[in-house]
This record gives sequence, structure tokens and C-alpha cells, in this order.
Amino acid sequence: MSNRTPSLKRRKGRRKKAKLPISAKVMLLPSVITLFVIGIFPLLFAAWVSTRQYELSKPYEEKVFLGVQNYLTVLTDPEFWTALKITFTFFIIALPIQLFLGTLIASFVYGLKLPWFAAITRVVLVLPIAVTPTITGLLGRLLFNSDFGLINYGLSFFGRPPIQWLAEQKAALVAIIILDTWQWTPFVALVLLASLMVIPPHILEAGRLDGGTGWKIFRHMQLPYLLPGFTALLILRTADILKMYDTIYAFSKGGPGVATELITLYINRIGFGKVFNVGLGATQAILLLIICIVLSRTYIRLFYRDVEA
Amino acid sequence: MWRLKMILKSTKRRRKLRMRPWEALFGFVLMITILFPVYWMIITGVRPQTETFDSKPKLIPTITFEHYQEIIQEGSIIQGLINSILISTISTALALLLGVPAAYVLARWNFKRKSDLWFWIISNRFISPIAVVLPFFLIAINFNLVDTYWIMIIIYQTFAIPFVVWLAIDQFKAIPKEVDEAASVDGASIFKTFFRINLPIAIPGISVSAILVFVACWNELLFAQILTRSEAITGPVVALGYMSGYDIRWGPMMATSTLVVLPILLFAAILSKNLVRGLAMGAIK
Repeated sequence: MSNRTPSLKRRKGRRKKAKLPISAKVMLLPSVITLFVIGIFPLLFAAWVSTRQYELSKPYEEKVFLGVQNYLTVLTDPEFWTALKITFTFFIIALPIQLFLGTLIASFVYGLKLPWFAAITRVVLVLPIAVTPTITGLLGRLLFNSDFGLINYGLSFFGRPPIQWLAEQKAALVAIIILDTWQWTPFVALVLLASLMVIPPHILEAGRLDGGTGWKIFRHMQLPYLLPGFTALLILRTADILKMYDTIYAFSKGGPGVATELITLYINRIGFGKVFNVGLGATQAILLLIICIVLSRTYIRLFYRDVEA
Repeated sequence: MWRLKMILKSTKRRRKLRMRPWEALFGFVLMITILFPVYWMIITGVRPQTETFDSKPKLIPTITFEHYQEIIQEGSIIQGLINSILISTISTALALLLGVPAAYVLARWNFKRKSDLWFWIISNRFISPIAVVLPFFLIAINFNLVDTYWIMIIIYQTFAIPFVVWLAIDQFKAIPKEVDEAASVDGASIFKTFFRINLPIAIPGISVSAILVFVACWNELLFAQILTRSEAITGPVVALGYMSGYDIRWGPMMATSTLVVLPILLFAAILSKNLVRGLAMGAIK
């Protein structure tokens, strides 16, 4: 008898797993069908386009079947790899800076004891997240302007000659990293702050009673609680940077040359720029999609194992 | 011993309540760094253009509303803001209508291939908009949907629905299953259990996700840039329009930017407490 009960339970559980009540299906299916139609169908269409010679600027030309020709063109195109390299460079520089500053700000706010001061700081931290990224880029153009921008004016106090932020390749990349850091470090800080908030106070109290100093308490008591926040930020920021477009387009349109042309800007230029080569654009979009899927699969497998439960 | 602890505690509290100088300094630098660019945007919109070009920038501007008069006469920003409000509101409402019930089912039932479905829905957050917009553009051309609300609202669902599902699932998971079981014993249907019991409890959390989706729609650029021309043009695209040409009109550009950003900024400031919870918890769960 004691043997049968669990097995019965398991069977019941399995049956429940296989069948969903009709009314639950009615609630689930509309969004699944919608996402399928607007998510999968266009992708199949893009896959079809990617095998064709297809330029919007020549609407009456026949869309010749090319097979994998477009894919070979893209994969052997140095510009495509340059765009990926710039995206990666951006990621590898911006993310550590943002995580470091974010941790600093989070532990600063966490340590604040004056209630009104902590409250104001939190409100201020929310603001950059809400600023339209396009406007961040336009604002960047104003602040980084080489003739009358505030940044160069500030640098002049340190005896620096004006920097041509939009004309020098390295300076332009630095500028978009600064803009992105301004906008997203507060978000990083807020996520990490939320991770710190779940630490039971008695743990920190115990650490202090044991004579722990600031750094030791941080390293052994707070850092472990921050790790889930770090992994979540790693995932979110990777996705954001692969998608990144608005700020850079408004700031530099990818220039000077292609110095700040991250992958999404590059694909946009090929697919919707002067040539309107939709065939090549679709091919690049599909390759980018493959990168996105591989990355998200890896990340989610690594960090989000429990979602399947 | 107990008394000693109390005394220690009270002295500690008194000591902590004062602001230490380095705290004040760090906090000041932090706030200036965040707020000053926004301040600069606002005052560039209200100062005469000649003042913008000053080699010695003035912190306090001479105030004039000529740029605002100019952009309101041109009219495209008014059109853009109205479009932004309508498109963002309808998109958010539709995403909630479709996404919230789905999130409830995903939070409550186990079924075959559920993990695949869940995975597919959340991987949508990784998909670059450029991969989505290209086929949409071709379809929109063929069906004459370019520059309409329809195409914008439909394409915004590609990120809005996954976002709603992702955030709303947690709200329903936080409600104990026993509530549902009790309701079903009482003979309540699944719909009734959802509408009468679960939804009212989850509404505060769901409203946070609604705000986040609204902000995401409001701030979106790439889709709007490619799929709209003039009728359905949104705020950010109008602001971007000032960047063309050699003589950038900084005043009107920043006045337009202020009109696009300020409403959402005030919105965020007022609701900051809820937003922090929504954003942060959505990330670290």
C-alpha cells in the first residue's frame, strides 16, 4: 500500500501534465498564436528572402534564386566581421565598467542611513532608465560637441585641448560607451541593490560582531548575494548590446567611418540604407538571430536551470 | 546584558543618522552626473541659440519660448506625441489582454512541452529588432500598411507580449495554489477563479509591467523609423529629424526632446518605488 501511493500520485501528476483544461487553453492560445504569427511567420519570410537577389531599389527586377550565395557573401564580407568585432569591443569595455560602478553605487545607497537621502537617491537612479535612448544620443551630440560642448569645456580646465569626439574613431567609441554607461549604470545599481536588500540583517550584524571590516563583510557576506544579480545583468546587457541601435544612431550614425557601427546599425545600413539590399540584409538578420539564439540558449541553460521546474 | 545591548543600539542609531562627509560628496557627484545632462537638455530648449554657442557656457539661461513656438507651429511634434500616446497605450492594452491570461496558465498548470514554450517566449527578449523589422517591412509594403497605427501596434507586440508574460508569471506564482484549489472545490470555473480571485490580487504587480511596456513602446525607435513616414510618426522619430543638415537647430531639437522625455520622466519619478521593484525583481528572480 505504501508502495502504491507514490506511484499513483506520480501517474496522476503525469496525466495532469499532458492535458490542459479547455478554458486554460482558451487563455493561453491567443498569445501563443499571436506570437507565432508575428514571430515565426516573418522569420520564415526572411529566410526565403535571404536566398534571393532582392533589392528594393529595383522593384521590377526578377528576384533570382541564389541559394546560399548571400550567406557566403556576408560571411566573407570583412565589414560584417568588423561590426561584430566593434559590438564585442563595446561589450567587453562597457559591461565591466557598468558592473563596477553599479556595485559601488548599490553599496553606497545600501549603506545610507538617512531615510530622505536614500529615498531621493533611489528616485534619481530611476530617471536615466526612462530617458528615451534616441534623446540620450541627441543630448550626447550636444554635450560632446567639439566647439561648444560642455565635456570639452570641462576638459579645458585640466589643460586638455578640445577632442573631436565625432571625428576621431577611438573618441567616438569612448563617447558612446560613456552615454551607455550614463543610461544603464543606474539600472545595474538598482538590480544589485535589490539583491543586497534580501540579505537577512542578522548575518551582517554577526559579521560586524566578529570584527569584520568593510571589505571583508562585502567579500564574504554581500558578494554571494550579488551573484544572481550579476548573472541576470550579464544576460540582459548582452541582449541589449546586440540590439543596441537608438543612442548610437542619434549620436553618430555609426561613424566616423564605421567606428561605432555595432551589428544592428550595420545590418540596418545594408538592408535599409542607400542600396536597400533586402536579400543581404535578411541574410545578416538571420545570422544575427542565430547568434542571439545560441547565446540565449547557453545563458539560460547555464543560469536559469530552475525555470523548467 | 539586554540593557547594554539597547544602549549600544541607541547610540549606534544616533551616530548613523548623521550624514558622513564622503557620503554627501559621493551622493552629490552621483546626482549631478545623472541630473545635469537632463537639465542641460531642458535649458538648451529655452535659451536663445546664440547662447548655446557660447564658448563659456552659462549655467543659468536667458529664458525664451521661441523654440517651443517654432516647433508647435511646425506641428510635427504634436502629431508625433499624439501618435506616441495612442500607439503606446493601445499596444500596452493589447499586450496585457493577451499576455496576462497566458501568464496565469503558465504559472498554474504543467503540460507537455511547457518548458519549450516558456523558453521560446523568453528568448524573444534576445531577438534583435532588426531581424524582426525586415520581413515586417516587406509585408507592410505589400499590404499597404506602412505608416499606419496597425503595423506599429502589431510589431510592438513582438516585444510587449513576452515582456508582460515574463513579469506577470511571477505575480501569479506568488499567489498560493491553495486559493485556486479552494475555489475549484466551491465549484468556481477556471475563468471565474482567474477574474475574481487571482487577477485582483495580481493587479498591482501587473500595473508595474504595464508601465514598463508603455515606456518601452514610447521610447522605441528602430521600428518607428522604418515603418512610419508622417501619418503614424512617433515622438523619437520627430526629434531625430532635427539632426539632418549642416546647421543643426539645437534649440528646437532640445525643445522637442524635452517634450518627448519629460512626461515619461515625471511618470517614472512619481512611480519610482513600484518601478524599482518591477525592474529589479524581474531581473533577479
